[in-house]
Amino acid sequence: MTILRRVAPQLLTLLALVLLVTAFFPEFLRIEVVNGRLVGPVMDILKRGAPVGLLAVGMTLVIATRGIDLSVGAVIAIAGAVAAWAITRDLGLAAALALAFAAGLAAGLWNGVLVAIVGIQPIVATLILMTSGRGIAQLVTEGRILTFSHDGLAFLGSGAVLGIPVPAVLWVATAIAVTLLLRRTALGMLIEAVGVNRNAAALAGVNATVLIIAVYSASGLCAALAGVVATADIRGADSNNAGLWMELDAILAVVIGGNSLLGGRFSIAASLLGALIIQTIDTGILLAGFPSEYNLSIKAVIVLVILVLQSPNLMHHWYALRYFAMRRREAALDPRKEPGT
Amino acid sequence: MLLTIRSLTKTFPGTKALDDVDFDLEAGEVHALLGENGAGKSTLIKCLTGAFARDAGEIVLNGRQVSPRSTSEAQELGIGTVYQEVNLLPNLTVAQNLTFGREPTRFGLVDGRAQRRLAEEMLEGYGLDIDVTRDLSAYSVAVRQIIAIARAVALSGKVLILDEPTASLDAREVETLFDVVRGLRERGLGIVFVSHFLDQVFALTDRVTVLRNGRKVTTERTADLDRVRLIEHMLGHALEDEVVGHAKVHKSVTRPELLRFETFGRRGHIEPFDLTVGKGEVIGLAGLLGSGRTESAELMFGVERAQTGAARDADGPIDLGSPRAAIAAGFGFAPEERKEDGIIAELSIRENIVLALQARSGWARPIPRAEQLRLANDYIQRLDIRTSGPEKAIGDLSGGNQQKVVLARWLAMNPRFLILDEPTRGIDVGAHAEILRLIQQVTRDGMSILVISSELDELIAVSDRVIVVRDRRHVAELTGAEIDTDAIVRAIAAPGREEVA
Repeated sequence: MTILRRVAPQLLTLLALVLLVTAFFPEFLRIEVVNGRLVGPVMDILKRGAPVGLLAVGMTLVIATRGIDLSVGAVIAIAGAVAAWAITRDLGLAAALALAFAAGLAAGLWNGVLVAIVGIQPIVATLILMTSGRGIAQLVTEGRILTFSHDGLAFLGSGAVLGIPVPAVLWVATAIAVTLLLRRTALGMLIEAVGVNRNAAALAGVNATVLIIAVYSASGLCAALAGVVATADIRGADSNNAGLWMELDAILAVVIGGNSLLGGRFSIAASLLGALIIQTIDTGILLAGFPSEYNLSIKAVIVLVILVLQSPNLMHHWYALRYFAMRRREAALDPRKEPGT
Repeated sequence: MLLTIRSLTKTFPGTKALDDVDFDLEAGEVHALLGENGAGKSTLIKCLTGAFARDAGEIVLNGRQVSPRSTSEAQELGIGTVYQEVNLLPNLTVAQNLTFGREPTRFGLVDGRAQRRLAEEMLEGYGLDIDVTRDLSAYSVAVRQIIAIARAVALSGKVLILDEPTASLDAREVETLFDVVRGLRERGLGIVFVSHFLDQVFALTDRVTVLRNGRKVTTERTADLDRVRLIEHMLGHALEDEVVGHAKVHKSVTRPELLRFETFGRRGHIEPFDLTVGKGEVIGLAGLLGSGRTESAELMFGVERAQTGAARDADGPIDLGSPRAAIAAGFGFAPEERKEDGIIAELSIRENIVLALQARSGWARPIPRAEQLRLANDYIQRLDIRTSGPEKAIGDLSGGNQQKVVLARWLAMNPRFLILDEPTRGIDVGAHAEILRLIQQVTRDGMSILVISSELDELIAVSDRVIVVRDRRHVAELTGAEIDTDAIVRAIAAPGREEVA
């Protein structure tokens, strides 16, 4: 019940968006079965939302520790490049995945060590890899777009399980697995404690340094999986464009999910709804038939409206308004009471 | 009458923070506002300064009804406030702080020279001899406090509210501050003085108003009150003998040795010291602020690593390289800065209590929710933590209750050696006595405790042994009958050349 109350604003927002898009494009909710697959705009959103959704899982944890990870877009490029490189070298799917995850883990450890041990501010520490990461990916692909034809890897991007696109299955499964890991153990609480007050948590014996390195590593691993999915989807590694600006969408997803950039309490489910909201906007604008040059502007306006509606200040004003309205009503009913005293 | 408050009422969801409270303040008066934590002092002040809107009642200032809607509006009306945590900007100069928001300008730019002159004028009569062009951070908390007062007086000039102004000052600084306050009284200001230090209330104030559970209990002339009756007003019941005239029977029992620190020290923190800790012993650490008390504690808990010496127990040397290592060795530490180093404000009371236990047992072995609740409810009851339930965020509790939660966190660990740095700072009398009682209770069960405190009465009441720290050096050790205020003060004040006693 508490979780439902926590994600209620995001659920309502998503619902409102779906209604809005359906008003412009009545076919929006239609799902057909084609060749044993579920096909339709909703399935498309679930599939295309996968990379940002995966990034949002890791980003939520990083932000819960009062950090931020700007490098995830670049890590997508690195992991994609590594996977494609391994496949083109005929190392096999298992090796390709292992190498891609190893690259993501290495990137996360690097960020984590810079933040937790060296003590660089997260935004600066991860900026280093954000800018250099694409360079690393280009070295791996030797500056080309590395294409491949490998059904196993391609399956991760465009296959289907029980009719559902594999990327959608992957991000939902990752989210559930990570949520269970955090909430069935004490990790979630310890991460929140470090995010709210690292000093006090460390004095209470919480190993804050290791926890911070761990969340950046988790973020790196999520980015690696997103990179594999993105590369598998287009059957090629494009170091220049894979995951470009996606870190910003991931951060936005976490923020739309109502998680504070100041760390502390977090909800992965809410971040994922945030990711779905973003993808619904993207897909919805296209479906509603607006010329493509309007896309970014419309998206900006919708995001602004969502964030303003979620602002605690606005809620405050709303309660104040309601309070005064109530008082006035009471005063009208009870002539002995003066309004506004 | 300068300021009159009638029937002030303020309700928060679930609680009536102020219930029909009357209060008045004359010009040229220092009026103490007393009460336990959560009695409504802060709420009353916040209603006065416009931080809260009142639900009912009226505030009359100089015969005119006022309803400040913000602190700046209250300032313009003439009500200025100085808080315990001075809210000035330490990275600006004294002059910039004093003239902030009304800088003198020339051709649209800030006129540095005029600003300096104005700042110096504002500080006249406060007995400060400081360079207003230096950063505020160059000066002690006491000086900053006086600067904050000067600013508030210059901006407002009728009513000055001092909220716990002396909490982080030592005795001499308190005297300086009192001289300033007395001077302002002569000038005809009405001063509201909030403090937990009853000595200071008797030394400084003309009248006392006591709040309890959001209601006014009494207003009396300070001269007509005695200490016991005042405390009874605050607590609402007759006092048990622990609080007044408490003195531990200092019998010299031989205790089995628990720990031994040998030439334990770190440059720039504390000179190497030797210290043995007996099982079930309470050791008091006395000294002025900044003398090396907290530094000693931080070294013993591994917050800072010792450069010389070692700690050992019956089984050999123990590693105190980090707080985690110290905790593994059975140590606990409730730090002085509750907000920065103690509480995890956003988390619940339950989570704050189990945090250290959970950190020790590791992330993979979560303490079951039922067990967490049992622990939390148990300590809420045992330590009388005032809260609506274990899931309330600790940041929403009053200071004294936050302190009790931090204590609960360590008691739940059942450490063998617990370090308490200023455990009663900013805490009301009732909670104060409870915490002292608690210290005695757990030491009976064999826990050893090191208490750091500025309140000598408190140290004398609970300690079996008192170590005096001065200039980053342990200079004296008092045991048994030697422990009294006089001896401690003499050790603190003794000239610097004297060697370790």
